Amino acid sequence: MAKIEVRNLDLWYGDFQALKEVNAVFAERRITAIIGPSGCGKSTMLRVFNRMNDLIEGVRTSGEVFIEQKNILSFETDLVDLRKKVGMVFQRPNPFPLSIYENIVFGQKIHEGSFNRAKLDEIVEASLKSVLLWDELKDKLRKSALSLSLEQKQRLCIARLIAVKPEILLMDEPCSTLDPQSSARIEELMRELKNNYTIIIVTHNMQQAARVSDDTGFMLLGELIEFGRTEDIFTKPKDKRTEDYITGRYG
Amino acid sequence: MERHFDEELKGLHKELLRMGVMAQEEIFKSVEALKNRDKAMAEDVIASDDKIDKLELDIDEHCIDLIARHQPMAGDLRFITTGMKINAELERIADLAVDIAQRVIEIADKPLLKPLVDIPKLSVVAQNMVRDAIDSFVKKDAELARKVVLSDSEADKLRNLVADELINDYMAKDPSSASRAVQLLLISRHLERICDHTTNIAEDVIYMVEGKVVKHHPEEL
Repeated sequence: MAKIEVRNLDLWYGDFQALKEVNAVFAERRITAIIGPSGCGKSTMLRVFNRMNDLIEGVRTSGEVFIEQKNILSFETDLVDLRKKVGMVFQRPNPFPLSIYENIVFGQKIHEGSFNRAKLDEIVEASLKSVLLWDELKDKLRKSALSLSLEQKQRLCIARLIAVKPEILLMDEPCSTLDPQSSARIEELMRELKNNYTIIIVTHNMQQAARVSDDTGFMLLGELIEFGRTEDIFTKPKDKRTEDYITGRYG
Repeated sequence: MERHFDEELKGLHKELLRMGVMAQEEIFKSVEALKNRDKAMAEDVIASDDKIDKLELDIDEHCIDLIARHQPMAGDLRFITTGMKINAELERIADLAVDIAQRVIEIADKPLLKPLVDIPKLSVVAQNMVRDAIDSFVKKDAELARKVVLSDSEADKLRNLVADELINDYMAKDPSSASRAVQLLLISRHLERICDHTTNIAEDVIYMVEGKVVKHHPEEL
């Protein structure tokens, strides 16, 4: 089932058009990877889905992006609500300089104004369990999140998102600062998470996209060149530009 | 850490095993059809071939998908590439069972040229080889695979016995027996070819388990 539907999306940074006539449907509870060379617009596209581009001066968009029948580009969209529903994981894990516990309940306190200790404890446990950190960290919840390893920090950032019960997880190169083993564990985590969330990942690492995603979109110079099932994109792409990129012949 | 990829490999293993069991069944049925001159069973063998062909395509696609998406290395790579080859061999084996079934249909209504002696022996060798080859794949047992490779000479010997007898004792002496003799000759040839394909499977298993190439290198066995 469609979770996000993009229709005729254009986006400009000032005079520079970063997205051109993008049309795509992102399926619910699947992992969709967006691949393409640097500057192709893949991160820009990802940031459209929780309106992060709004923070950049001079950005203009046209077209529509529907999440559950609501056009999120509409001026009526409640951005706090949208960003709660559509969470984002960044390249470098960015935990707050607070304890592990406080990192996870941070969103809960903002969104729900909830300070019920028992309920918060429950959320912390459930969130850490869902990113497979609970056993490691249950006795260190008061320690600073900054003391964790990079992989643990990235997992914590995912747990922090999950705590506010989002529906969509956007991941912008979530493994680019991690070693191969940590990356592999994050990939396994993504497979677990897709049972409950719709995941869109932007990655430079084509092998990772091939391994982890169900669907793949290839972007070039702001255009979505090809979009389809990952096995088809990586074994029989229809567009020569996709073939050139994934076989390393591009450029 | 159990990788998602391991699940995929287990799935492929299961599919190949299913393919092996199906091919084995087709040989068994074609040989039974011959023994009992059972046209209906022969036709059943022919009809089952579509299912095997479809499974062959599915397994091929699965293997290509795994290679493209997971860039397998070492033992994983050997397993998948060997799996593709075994898949093709099993499909050919099932085709040969169909060939046997077609011969059976040709001769089922005619009087038997001679009591069958060596052909049933050859069919037992073929069936045992296929069973052991599949077992060696499932258990990753290179020793059992070696045994399969060595059994092939027995199949060749039996096929030669059948051919000598049919040519010298029947076709040369009584040309009117030729049409029935040729059918039996072909059946022995099909059974012997089944053994050749099975030998290929066993050689592939040795490569998969040990990384050692014994194909075209009997001294490496």
